[in-house]
Parts: sequence; structure tokens; C-alpha cells
Amino acid sequence: MSKTIQEINEKIKQGRAVVCTAEEIIQVVKKKGLKQAAATVDVVTTGTFAPMCSSGAYFNVGHAIPRIKLGGGKVTLNEVPAYAGFAAVDILMGATAIPDDDPRNKVFPGKFAYGGGHVIEDLVAGKDVRLTAATYGTDCYPRKTLDTWIRLADMNEAVLFNMRNAYQNYNVAVNLSNRVIYTYMGILQPRMRNANYCTAGQLSPLLNDPYYRTIGVGTRIFLGGGQGFVVSHGTQHNPGVRRSALGLPQVPAGTLAVTGDLKTMSQQWLRGASFTGYGVTLTLGLGLPIPILDEETLAFTAVTDADITAPVVDYSEAYPNGKPEILGEVTVAQLKTGEITINGKKVITAGLSSYARAREVALILKSWIEAGTFLLTEPVAPLPAFDSGYRFKPLKERPWEVLREVI
Amino acid sequence: MAKKKVVFKFPPHLIDQPIIYRLVAENGLKVNILRARITPKEWGNMVVELNGDKAKVEAGLRFLADLGVEVEQLAEEVRWREERCIHCTACLTSCPPRALYVDRATMLVGFDREKCIACELCLNVCPYRAVEIAAAP
Repeated sequence: MSKTIQEINEKIKQGRAVVCTAEEIIQVVKKKGLKQAAATVDVVTTGTFAPMCSSGAYFNVGHAIPRIKLGGGKVTLNEVPAYAGFAAVDILMGATAIPDDDPRNKVFPGKFAYGGGHVIEDLVAGKDVRLTAATYGTDCYPRKTLDTWIRLADMNEAVLFNMRNAYQNYNVAVNLSNRVIYTYMGILQPRMRNANYCTAGQLSPLLNDPYYRTIGVGTRIFLGGGQGFVVSHGTQHNPGVRRSALGLPQVPAGTLAVTGDLKTMSQQWLRGASFTGYGVTLTLGLGLPIPILDEETLAFTAVTDADITAPVVDYSEAYPNGKPEILGEVTVAQLKTGEITINGKKVITAGLSSYARAREVALILKSWIEAGTFLLTEPVAPLPAFDSGYRFKPLKERPWEVLREVI
Repeated sequence: MAKKKVVFKFPPHLIDQPIIYRLVAENGLKVNILRARITPKEWGNMVVELNGDKAKVEAGLRFLADLGVEVEQLAEEVRWREERCIHCTACLTSCPPRALYVDRATMLVGFDREKCIACELCLNVCPYRAVEIAAAP
């Protein structure tokens, strides 16, 4: 038996749709079996709440009088540089941007107390943010400087635009060296004294639809507490990696580019984060609804933490040098007990992705669908698939001196 | 029974003496050493939790004062700001006494103040600065 998204939407509008979270569906399938569960359940909701560095937001701040051309000038929000290489008053704030006078890692390890992720959080929280600009004057845009308070409500457009979110599976980070290392996977103690992981596991959006059968361009999603959309596959999308018998990628694989109106989002689901010795980022809540079109889509959503394996990677040597070797594989279920065994050694684990909040995202999305305030969308175009040949390549470095000789 | 967290500061000339042994054996106190830094020829520093009835704790502290050990109240403590915590569990492996813990069923993080030894290892680990050091009440 199969359903269409249109049929599911009709049921949502009538308040008759049966919705489960990706966690609840595991028990439903156990109790009812695949066939009956697929006939009963219409939508499975997923969720994740984790640091996502390739996030950012663009703003149209409105025209000052007299007019000023921010495009081509230097712009900051709370002293954090914004990118202004656009038309007169459009600017872009990246999650990892930091103030020019931040000491960075000069006194190691740096604190990275405030940056782009925090600016976005402050704006969403309704706080006043200081906007400064220094630029050149033109006949039509005579003004050269600006220093003003601004808040989200007073801007024209404020849009979260993330080129890579929701990584499908992620590394478990350890440190084999003899010194403490400070990474985007947290502080890693020497000689593998801890292991940090970052996945929502059985609740993770792309692990519940591993072949992107229902997700595509235009899919409506939960984003930062509001409603957003999938733009396309994200940067570094790498669908062709090795997969388990269940179709689950065993290393980081697919990604999503997403967007949404920042004015509909809330601080609860958008948080600036400071990684000691590494930098600043944005921690973001994201959830995808998966329409249960047939037994196969349902079977994928019944994935459990015990089914998902993640590669253990040494962040002192293999990761920084781009070496593909892994120390082993562990399941998310093992990671969530607080202890794993790697090469015979017991290692304590900690997460960077909040499972408690991921569960909440999936529950909120479920409540929206049940209330009829969130309708599902037909993808406008698919994401590059497992067998598309699309892959993630390293940088091919060609030192410029060589290039000059050729010329 | 009284439980008290205090800081002992040992002057250099006392470093080679078994003072904690005497505090236990002669004063009948339970002494839980939370943190200690003892180096020859330098002032020693020790954070302890004293456990015993009130009279014994007071007598023990007098015994130390008579020897020349300075006793200070724990000036700072770690606070967990629940509203900032996103329950990611990043802090768990940086908390030796397991004062920061997670309920594995709900995956919600909690903080048991009684277990905290104020080692401050968690401070740099939390990306949301949900743990902070503050003056003890």
C-alpha cells in the first residue's frame, strides 16, 4: 500500500494524520510490524540540535538618509565583521566570524567569547545590536560612515541561510597524542582519555531517509524554531560513501543547504557557541518531516541507535593531515552509554549534539503537523543520490609560482 | 553532623608533617580531600570537605589554627546555569567527581552541587558557558 504526499496533506488538513517521532516509530514498528505501521502512520518527524558552522544570515538593514553604500565597504555588527560585497544595504553575517581585535589563539587556547553565531542569537532574542559601517561615497550614496543601534524587527529581510547543515552521520573524535588538543569536536584529552561524538542518531534527519527518497529541493522543515526550507544539497554532500546493509552511511555523507525567515525563529533553537581554542559557531535546531509513502520509507525511519555506526578518528594526526584512516567503528547506542571500547581501551564519551533537544524538535514538528499548521511539500528536485557519482573532493593545490611560469 | 568545604593553606615549614593524619586520628573527623597542591618550600593548598559533628569540626579547625595552618572558606564555586545549558553532554568527561551528570533515559544534563570539587575543568569545555565560577554564598 502506498500514499502520496497530497493524500497525507489532505489528512493533515482534516486533522486526521497520524504522526510519530523517529524515536516513537521504533516501538510502533516493533508492536505492529512494518506493514500495519506503514498503513497507519502518515508522517515521521526527525530532529537535531547541534553546532553547524556553515550557517549564516543575510540582512537588508534599510536605507539611511542620506543614503550610504555598504556594498564594498566595511561593516560590523557588535564589532563582528559582516560581508558587504552586495548591493547597497544587504549584508551577510557568518556564524564563525569574530571581531578583528579578538586575540584568537595568540594566547592559547583562545576563548572566542563572541562572534557571528552570538550576533545571530542576539538579534533573534530581540536585542539591540550595534551596526557600524565605513565606506566610500558616491554621487548617489554620499554618506561614508554609520554607527547605529539596530534590531531584527526594524530590518527589512532577515534570513538564515546555511550552506551546510544536518550532516548525515559524523566522526567520533579522539586524541592519540601526548598533549591536550582543542578542536571543533571539543577538548580532547591526550592518549585517548575521552571521545566526543556529534549525531542525533536515530532522530537524525538524514539517517531516517538515508537515500533521500522524500527529501529534496523545497522540502519544508523545522528550522531554528520557525519554518524553513531545504534549498538543495549542502556543501561537501558526499552521498556515494560506503553504507551498511540498511543503507546507512558509515562515514559523514549527505548534507543539506537550508534557509528560513529569521524573524520567525527563537533563541531557544539558535545559540551562539564558543569552542575553546577553536572558534565560534552557531548551534541550531533542525527537523525534517518524512512522509510515509510506503513500507520502505517507513522501514528506514525505524532505524535505531544500535544500527548506526560512526567512525573513530584521531584528531591529533589523521584529521589535520587529511588521512583517511580510522581507529574503528562504534554504534551510537554504545556512544550513548557513556563509554566505548577502542582497540581494547575503555574510553569515556561525551556528545556535542543534544539528544534531549533533538527529541524536542521532533515533538514540536509533530505537534505542528497534528495541528494542521505545517503541511508537507513535494520536492521540486531530488538531492544528488547515492549512485549519482557526485562526490566531495579535496582541494587540488596549484602553487601560484608554477602558474606564473606557465603564463 | 556537619559537612563543610574549606581551603587549607599550609605554610612551607609544615609541609613535611602528617597534618591530615592528625586531623583524622586525633580529632575524629572524616576528611575528604577534593584538591591538593603540596610542593616543598612553598605554601600548600588543599580543598577539603570536613565531615563530623559540629563540636569536632570546630575543635579540628582550632587544632589547625594552633599549628599555623590558615583556614579559609571556599571563596568560589561552580554554578550551572540551566537556562544556558543545551544538554549536549560535552561537559561529562571533564567532571572527575561526576557532579555534572546525564539522565540516560531523558538525556537531560543535571548538576549535583554537593559533588562539585570546584576543579573548574568544565569551564572551558562548555561551548555555551553554562557553567561558570561565582563567589560562594
